[in-house]
Amino acid sequence: MLDFSQGIRKLHEALRSGTTTPEELLNQSIEQIEQKDGEIKAFLRVNDVTARDRLKGNAAASNSFSPKHLLDGIPYALKDNMCYEGIETTCASKILEGYIPPYTATVAQKLDDAGAILIGKANMDEFAMGSSTENSSYFPTKNPWQQDHVPGGSSGGSVAAVAAGMVPFALGSDTGGSIRQPAAFCGVVGLKPTYGRVSRYGLVAFASSLDQIGPITNSVEDAAIVLQAIAGADVHDATSAHVEVPDFTAKLTGDIRGLQVGVAPEFFADAMDEGVRQRVQEAVQVLKELGAEIKPISLPHISYAIAAYYLLAPAEASSNLARFDGVRYGYRSQNAQNLLAMYSKTRSEGFGKEVKRRILIGTYALSSGYYDAYYKRAQKMRTLIRQDFEQAFSQVDVIVSPTTPAPAFLLGEKTKDPVTMYMTDMCTIPINLAGLPAISVPCGLSQGMPVGLQIIGKMFDEQTILQVADAYEKTVDFAAVRTAHSKEAK
Amino acid sequence: MTLSKADVDHVARLARIDLSEQEEIELAKELSAILDYASQLQEVDLDGVEPMSHVAGQQPVFRQDEPHESLPSDIVLKNAPDAEDQQFKVPAIMEG
Repeated sequence: MLDFSQGIRKLHEALRSGTTTPEELLNQSIEQIEQKDGEIKAFLRVNDVTARDRLKGNAAASNSFSPKHLLDGIPYALKDNMCYEGIETTCASKILEGYIPPYTATVAQKLDDAGAILIGKANMDEFAMGSSTENSSYFPTKNPWQQDHVPGGSSGGSVAAVAAGMVPFALGSDTGGSIRQPAAFCGVVGLKPTYGRVSRYGLVAFASSLDQIGPITNSVEDAAIVLQAIAGADVHDATSAHVEVPDFTAKLTGDIRGLQVGVAPEFFADAMDEGVRQRVQEAVQVLKELGAEIKPISLPHISYAIAAYYLLAPAEASSNLARFDGVRYGYRSQNAQNLLAMYSKTRSEGFGKEVKRRILIGTYALSSGYYDAYYKRAQKMRTLIRQDFEQAFSQVDVIVSPTTPAPAFLLGEKTKDPVTMYMTDMCTIPINLAGLPAISVPCGLSQGMPVGLQIIGKMFDEQTILQVADAYEKTVDFAAVRTAHSKEAK
Repeated sequence: MTLSKADVDHVARLARIDLSEQEEIELAKELSAILDYASQLQEVDLDGVEPMSHVAGQQPVFRQDEPHESLPSDIVLKNAPDAEDQQFKVPAIMEG
């Protein structure tokens, strides 16, 4: 059996040399899901029949398989807020139950074109609103590292599927940390690209000015390979950027000598977990020993990021989720006699608690008399946060921070108080507000749970954050920690 | 900032979400806590700061005004809870 965590390149080489076949990889993925997903619950739906059919279609072209792309024949999972023609897409919400998209998201189309095989749709917080995957309307997902802990969210299913070895990679979406935070909690790599780097066409919108799709993988190189396949401008998404797509693997040399690395005290809150603080400080020391120059910088406004975000993201959500009205798709309440009652009962019965909460906060922030005090002030704060980063990036190449202020928490621990749950995203939210790329890479353990190091880059400079993350990963060998942990667990 | 049950009721009507009495009481508390937290934005002097309109300063994107093929209506209607004669069907808009 090939271990998916050894990386996409190794799997590709095994396919090329004929020591494995796409069927074998697919079978392994399905077996792993059968063995583990009863407990972990990463998948909402496994589409093994569709996957096998697709594989047959590919294999029909030639008898002996020879991969045309690094991802050719590699199975993967898609977060359930991305559409794939003919495969149910629910955003883990009752309101979209039974929705079969008549079209495919650009990212999934690009992965199809590369030959990757979609194996299933991964669990998530309903409409990507949450930090623990406990807001799924179907069931919570468990952290494969330790199952009484949350996997993080909202891309908790995608991350758990990768961390548990069920798929070599998955796609998630990140509006305030939903790729990086769960990646940190489960000890894998998660990359949020620059706003506009990846097309959002076919991603069910949560907060359109913040949402971005990105890879969840076992290694930094894998993240570069998957980003390469999904990046680029798209006629179907006017916010996708017409910026050249460089070779994301080109700088993965391990050499970061002379790079300027910024560290901001504002990312290290007094209340943060001591183990996380230590692991991140050790990581900074590793970067220094690799020849990077460490510079103190200041980001004075990022402490206001959560306040701004929890007005802006719900405001956008209240508008985006207006489309779920029981008319064109999904659930419709049968308890209504007229149109208005049909709308409000459908939405009342179809949306979960957190989604209602956010729609209401957003509606309030945009409503007459409160717009200037809330929405507009938050947009002004967003400008200041972006300027903080611009200022900092005039002095450094990347900024490093913890991905989360503490490691994964227990299931049920933070569901009572929304604001406490929101705080878990304090290090990731500022990056979405500023539109920047950032990657989370494992940097050790605290309280026996994985810790994430966040590396933030300049607009459209994913190359350099990948370079730093890769050099760090090659030096610390978290894979050994992972192997030791899984042996211990057995 | 404290939201009353009546405030929640008003916002819920704007958002077209039906709430039970119990939900309104709970949400009044929870939404007030979120607004309390957000009130720290009121401490900062934001006079003269331009509100952000696009994170990368992107300019409007233009394309040729050319018709493209749309999805066939039977495929679009497939997901509808109720449809008739190639149209979405909804409950009566007018009473009586």
